[in-house]
Amino acid sequence: MKSDNGYHSVMARRNEILERSTGIDYREFEISPLAFDYEGMMNSCGYSLSDIQQIQRETGVGDTPLIELRNVTKLVRSISAPGKGGRIFIKDERANPSGSFKDRRASLSVYHAARLGYEGVVCASSGNYGAAVASQAAKRGLKAIIIQEVYDSRKVGQPEILEKTRTCEAYGAEVWQVTVGPELFYMMLRALEETGFFSASLYIPTSVLGIETLGYDVAQQVMEREGKFPDMVVITHAGGGNVTGTARGLEKAGSGETVVVGASVDLRGLHMASDHDFNRKSFTTGHSGFGIPFLTWPDRTDVPRNAARALRYLDRYVLVTQGEVFYTTELLAKLEGLDRGPAGNTSLTAAISLARELDEEQILVVQETEYTGAGKLPSSQLTFAEENGIEVRQGDPKGNVPGKVIVIPDRAEQVHVEELELSKIRESYVRHAMESTGVSQPAGADVVFLAEDCGSSVEFVREVLNSLNVEKASG
Amino acid sequence: MSKDCGKHALRGDLVQIHKVILTPEQRPENLPASTRIVPYEGWIKGFLLDDEAEVGDTVRVETFIGREVVGTLVEVNPAYDHKFGKSQRDLVSAAIRARGQIERSSAHEE
Repeated sequence: MKSDNGYHSVMARRNEILERSTGIDYREFEISPLAFDYEGMMNSCGYSLSDIQQIQRETGVGDTPLIELRNVTKLVRSISAPGKGGRIFIKDERANPSGSFKDRRASLSVYHAARLGYEGVVCASSGNYGAAVASQAAKRGLKAIIIQEVYDSRKVGQPEILEKTRTCEAYGAEVWQVTVGPELFYMMLRALEETGFFSASLYIPTSVLGIETLGYDVAQQVMEREGKFPDMVVITHAGGGNVTGTARGLEKAGSGETVVVGASVDLRGLHMASDHDFNRKSFTTGHSGFGIPFLTWPDRTDVPRNAARALRYLDRYVLVTQGEVFYTTELLAKLEGLDRGPAGNTSLTAAISLARELDEEQILVVQETEYTGAGKLPSSQLTFAEENGIEVRQGDPKGNVPGKVIVIPDRAEQVHVEELELSKIRESYVRHAMESTGVSQPAGADVVFLAEDCGSSVEFVREVLNSLNVEKASG
Repeated sequence: MSKDCGKHALRGDLVQIHKVILTPEQRPENLPASTRIVPYEGWIKGFLLDDEAEVGDTVRVETFIGREVVGTLVEVNPAYDHKFGKSQRDLVSAAIRARGQIERSSAHEE
C-alpha cells in the first residue's frame, strides 16, 4: 500500500505516527481537552533517579566536575557593592561523551528505545541534542537519523549547525540537512513512518527525566563541598527541558529552596521560520525565539504533550544579549582556562550580573558547559555575522539590536540581565492554553491544572480568566 | 574508487545529493513571506550505488545506516568547510583588560 506523502496527508497522520514511535498513548493521561496528568505521564516509563544514574553510567554520561570560577567571582566582586558578589561555580558538562548535557537526555531515550525493541531512533535537532542521540545510538548499537535545519535558500549554513552536521556524521548517523521551515516536523514524521524507528524527541518524558541527574548532581556536589545547597542555579533556557529536568533533580536532592533562574539570549524581533532572518542570528538555540514561546505554550512541539514545562519551575527569567555572551565566553577562556561552547555561556553571562545581587558567601551554579571549536567559537560566529550584514562593534550592550547590531561590552560592569516579568508570561500562558485547546468554560480541574502548569495559584488563574472574559465582552 | 574530488563519481564513492522535498506550492500556507516563496530542500550524504555519475545526474545512494535515497548528485567527497573565523580584536582586548582588573583588585587586597 502506497501512502500519500504530501504535507497535509502526513500531518493528518501525526498522532498515529507519534503513538507508534514513542510507545506512549498520550490519551491515557488526558483529564479534559485542557488538563492532563503530568506526573502520571512522567512516571509512566518507570525509571527512578537511581535507575537513570545507572543507565547513564553504562555509556559514560554524567558524573561531571563542578568547577569554582574563582577569577570570574573576583571580577564580579570588583564591580559589586561591598560584601556583594556571590561565588560562581560551573558544571563542566562538556565532559560528557558528545560534549554537552544533552547526552543525559539522549542516554535515557536511546536506552528506552533499545529496551522497547526499536531498531533505530529519529530526532529533529540542529544542536547538541542531535549529536548526543547519534553518539548514544552508536554506543547502544542502534541506527540514528538526525534531521537538521541548516541552510537558508542560498544554501548558506549557520556555522554552528554545520559543525553539528559534521559531528552527527562522525557518529555514523544518517543526517538530513534541510532548509528553513516548520516542515522539519513533517520530515521527522516521514522518517518515522518509513523506518518504524523510535522518536527520540526532546520533549518525551525520558528526554526530560534524563536531566534530573544533572540537578541532583549539582545539589549533591555543592552540599558535599560546602555543607549547604546552592542559593541560585542559572539555566540556559530554550525548549524548557533543561530548566524542567534540572529543577526536578534539585527538588529530588532536597534543594527545593534554590532559586531557579532561566536565561536566554535576546533575539526578540527575529522570526524563527523566516528564510531572511535565519542567518542573522549568532545563536541557534538558548534564545528568546524558543524560550518565550515555549513558556507561554509548551505544547507547540513534536509530541501531543510536552514533558518540558519550565513555567512550573522557574523563579526568574532573564535575557542577555549576543555580544555579552561572546564577551563572557572570552572571559571564561582567558580568566578560567576553560574554552567552552556557546550554550552554558548564556547562563554564565546572566550569572555575572546576578552574582552582584548575592552576598559573598552565597553560591550560584551555572549548570552546563559544552564543547567548542570551529563553527561554535565567537570568532567563527562574529565572522559569519559580519558576512551576513550584521554590524559588530564595541561599546555598551544596550545598543544591541537582534539581527542588526552586536555590541561587545568594554567592561564587565556593562553586563546586565534584562528581567522579564513572569506574571506577564503566566498570563500569556493562560491565554494560549484557552485558545489552543478551544476550551471556553474551564472546569475546576482545568483551573487547578493551569495553576500548576504555570507555577502559580488558582486565584491568579481565575483573575486572568476573568480579565479575558472582560476583554471578550468589551471587544 | 575515484580519487579525484571533481565532478565525476564511481560506485562506492562518498557523495552528497540534493532533493526538493516540497515545492513552494506544496508548502504550508502559514509561513513568513521570505520562506513561502522558496522550495523546501534537503541534502544528504551516502555511498553511490550507481556505477558512475556526473554532478547534476539523478543518482541512488546508500546512507550511513543502509537506507537507499534518490537525488541529484551535487558533490563528490563533500567537504566540511566551517571555520574558526577571524580574530576578534575587541573581544580579545576586553577580556585581557578584565584580567588586568582582577590582578589590580588582588594587589589591592594584599
